[in-house]
Amino acid sequence: MNLLETDSAALLAAVRRVLIAKGVLTDAEIADRIAKTEQASPALGARMVAKGWLEPDYRALLLEDGTKAAETLGIMIRGAPPLGVLENTPLVHNLVVCTLCSCYPRAVLGYPPFWFKSAAYRARAVRDPRGVLAEWGTLLPDNVRVRVVDSTADYRWMVLPQRPAGTEGWDEAQLAAIVREGDMIGVTVPDGARLREKTLYPER
Amino acid sequence: MTGFAAGTAVRVRDDWPETRGPVHIRTPHYLRGMRGEVVRPLGAFPNPEDLAFARTAPVIPLYHVRFDQPSIWGEGRSGDEVVVEIFEHWLEPV
Repeated sequence: MNLLETDSAALLAAVRRVLIAKGVLTDAEIADRIAKTEQASPALGARMVAKGWLEPDYRALLLEDGTKAAETLGIMIRGAPPLGVLENTPLVHNLVVCTLCSCYPRAVLGYPPFWFKSAAYRARAVRDPRGVLAEWGTLLPDNVRVRVVDSTADYRWMVLPQRPAGTEGWDEAQLAAIVREGDMIGVTVPDGARLREKTLYPER
Repeated sequence: MTGFAAGTAVRVRDDWPETRGPVHIRTPHYLRGMRGEVVRPLGAFPNPEDLAFARTAPVIPLYHVRFDQPSIWGEGRSGDEVVVEIFEHWLEPV
């Protein structure tokens, strides 16, 4: 049988049994890892972004050492790949993709959205990033450079978006509420007006 | 290990180990043979090409390397870039 055509659930079950039988992993370790991954959600990354918008020192830490910045907020990164944070500026817009597989900063954003793993996104983000952004409704001014960050090896990358106008005087929770998963991947940018639509995203 | 400083002009080796047998390579096809510039060193990590086959994996420096995006594809907006993590043994000075 061709491995690539095997039913993925059956393949997963078989690999899991083999790893446990060989003593590479235990059931408890697998359960623990699944539980940790399921605890993470984009709300964690959004909190980091909001704090970065409010506190210059925290922003500096985010850009220098994303792992440390996450751990400062009690988000455990240990055992996961190091986290890098990419800063959007008035002149640079970052877009994260993993063309080789689906590397994703799960510790701070949770499970990747389905489209992040799709062949279409992986192929197009790196070749036609502006076309992809336009389809998301993200239209950049002409003087903004696009920087596609292809996550190929040991780091996981998240975007620190620009704080939108109209959010002056907001506190951390209010700011975090407008930061979405896509804003931290770079397909979209946060919008202050989105707070009015918060009922659409009750989990944030 | 030589070590590349930020700003160093580099070229990704135009090598295709996948034509010689089973491999696990973290250097994307579209960058083989391309010229770029080191953005910054990212530390050093066990070579995934060995880890994937449960071999002893030497720890190798990893770099964030910037490439001109339109040069790669022959299309796109001038000034746009692609930034990729590349292990040192895939880079050669230009």
